[in-house]
Amino acid sequence: MRFRLERQEAVSGIGVLVAPLLALAATLLVGAIMFVVLGLAPLPAFYIYFIEPLTDPWTIQELVVKACPLLLIAIGLSFCYRANRWNIGAEGQYVAGAVLGSWVAIATQGTEAGPWVLPAMLVFAAIGGALWGLIPAFLRVRFGASEILTSLMLVYVAQLGLDYLVRGPWRDPGGFNFPRSVSFDPVATVPLLFEDGRLHAGIVIAGVAVLVAAFVLGRTLVGFSIELGGSAPRAAAFAGFDEKRVTYGVFMVSGALAGLAGIIEVAGPIGNLQPAISPGYGFTAIIAAMLGRLNPFVIVPASLVLALTYIGGEAAQITLRMPFDVTRVFQGTMLISILAADVLVRYRLRRVEGAAHA
Amino acid sequence: MRKFISMAVALTAGLVLAAGAPVAHAAEKLKIGFIYVGPVGDFGWSYQHDQGRKAVEKEFGDKVETTFVENVQEGPDAERVIEQLVRAGNTLIFTTSFGFMEPTLKVAKRHPKVMFEHATGYKREKNVATYNAKFHEGRYILGQIAAKVSKTGTVGYIASVPIPEVIAGIDSFMLGAQSVNPNLKIKIVWVNGWFDPAKEADAAKALIDQGADVIAQHTDSPAAMQAAEARGVKAFGQSSNMITFGPKAQLTSIVDNWAPYYIERVKLALDGKWTSTDTWGGLKDGEVQMAPYTNMPDDVKKMAEDTEEAIKSGKLHPFKGPIYKQDGTLVVKEGEVLADKDILSLNWYVKGIDDKVPGQ
Repeated sequence: MRFRLERQEAVSGIGVLVAPLLALAATLLVGAIMFVVLGLAPLPAFYIYFIEPLTDPWTIQELVVKACPLLLIAIGLSFCYRANRWNIGAEGQYVAGAVLGSWVAIATQGTEAGPWVLPAMLVFAAIGGALWGLIPAFLRVRFGASEILTSLMLVYVAQLGLDYLVRGPWRDPGGFNFPRSVSFDPVATVPLLFEDGRLHAGIVIAGVAVLVAAFVLGRTLVGFSIELGGSAPRAAAFAGFDEKRVTYGVFMVSGALAGLAGIIEVAGPIGNLQPAISPGYGFTAIIAAMLGRLNPFVIVPASLVLALTYIGGEAAQITLRMPFDVTRVFQGTMLISILAADVLVRYRLRRVEGAAHA
Repeated sequence: MRKFISMAVALTAGLVLAAGAPVAHAAEKLKIGFIYVGPVGDFGWSYQHDQGRKAVEKEFGDKVETTFVENVQEGPDAERVIEQLVRAGNTLIFTTSFGFMEPTLKVAKRHPKVMFEHATGYKREKNVATYNAKFHEGRYILGQIAAKVSKTGTVGYIASVPIPEVIAGIDSFMLGAQSVNPNLKIKIVWVNGWFDPAKEADAAKALIDQGADVIAQHTDSPAAMQAAEARGVKAFGQSSNMITFGPKAQLTSIVDNWAPYYIERVKLALDGKWTSTDTWGGLKDGEVQMAPYTNMPDDVKKMAEDTEEAIKSGKLHPFKGPIYKQDGTLVVKEGEVLADKDILSLNWYVKGIDDKVPGQ
């Protein structure tokens, strides 16, 4: 006896509404069991995890700060994934962008350079990320190499390149040989939106990216060619869309946005270049893109939810002394439930009788 | 959306209160927060800091309340976690990794009344103290033991990240080794991280394959010790006593003992006498301890103990001259020692190390 997942022709409206609630219920149930086993009262734990971070203007700001890079990268990934191009290497494009953008900051450090520095950094970062993204695109178009592998491998190349730079040529001369660059000048720093807190102008850029991406993907011929190339490549070819151009295009957009996210993080919350500039944003953004169903508007809440699971997890560690791994298990439970509920709404499980065809 | 959030808040608050209020803060307790770069179960760096935290709890009982966040990356998240510790009411905060330096300073600036203690950094403020330990003192002893015990004349060294502390450790190890056997060879593998058990184990295996029969490490997990045990060679532990992971392999281990420092600092804070200081304790202060000398002949053990005594009493300084750089230039003259500030910013190898400092 075997089972098969079948796509539902008509997805019920109720199902779409109920699925996330079911997922939440399942998460809370599993979480409650886990917390009770650990000897923690479930309700206070849930409160600290999900609600408390939303009651304080500071944590709400932090939530947005944390979601900002996820959002930017995930938007870019939605271009790739819609076109069936599996860019797994956004983390590397993030680093490449951060490096090229930081080059401007480090080269002008201590000079009289004016307010053009930050915009230049953003442009260079976008170029850096895009170029890094174009490598797997080129390898795929030219040699048919799997972009999943090449883009992932390039993550490590980028990280080691960054490592080399901050330990070698870009090391702060006054920094006791520790691996970090000089702190960026004020003109090379992303401005804060409010006096109190860390909310920075990068979120405005992310907001603009959401709107532009939604417009391009939903309302333009370019967006249509991406979508069609992904779902029906032959039809796309007959329609005269150039597959190679789509591949280059989506990787370029994806890389550029990841690069922007990188420089915004480095020139914003961090303030200098150092070996560790991302807690895996490029990979977490893949989840954000999937949770957000590759729709720029839906990716916004998806990124915020992911950010909440991180910040709530830290709060739970501090207030409840919950172990780090438990917070991650809880986070994973939630993601699995959401994705599973999503599948069960869109597909149905059907028993297959008789001989199975291979 | 806003209405929804406030409704949810109200609803949950009701549920929580009904279930018994969760977080009531007892008055007058000194709340102390710790932030760790690795998991507390790494049996290395973070584990030892957490042992220090537990010692503080044991020493002061009801007068203090401690909490910690583990596995915090030295990136953009650190500042938020430190700020969160402040907002949770902690007034003495230990940030226990070099990469937390800038975030600590940024948060400290916003909260001048909160006391911060940053491990292994070099930037201080009125409310930011720094502390570190002279691990290189222990490494000198390791070098001597390695030179005596190694039969192949080749020692493997698993290095983490090429910051001064680690390079000074390699130099000190080599100087100790050369005081016994000037021809000892050292093979160094950089794993570019502090806690990556899989990589550390691979490095150990590769070094053993290349003929090393003693493995030293400057990384935080017992993986290298386990690899050495499995392959029947000797090894040194790091940060904690790793004898359970290598009952036949461990020669000794450099144990980071933060408890005396933490207890002293907490006491000062409780008495209202805390000020920003820079502390660099070593074997003498008990901040660096040697695990029991095991799996070695008695004469080697005797030598190790004598060296430990000599360093404690100040008779022996690991960086005493003459010291030559790799290219043969004399850096420390006969009868002189390398100054503390030069050890803290050290970025060159001593003569006899056949490797290049990464990034140079």
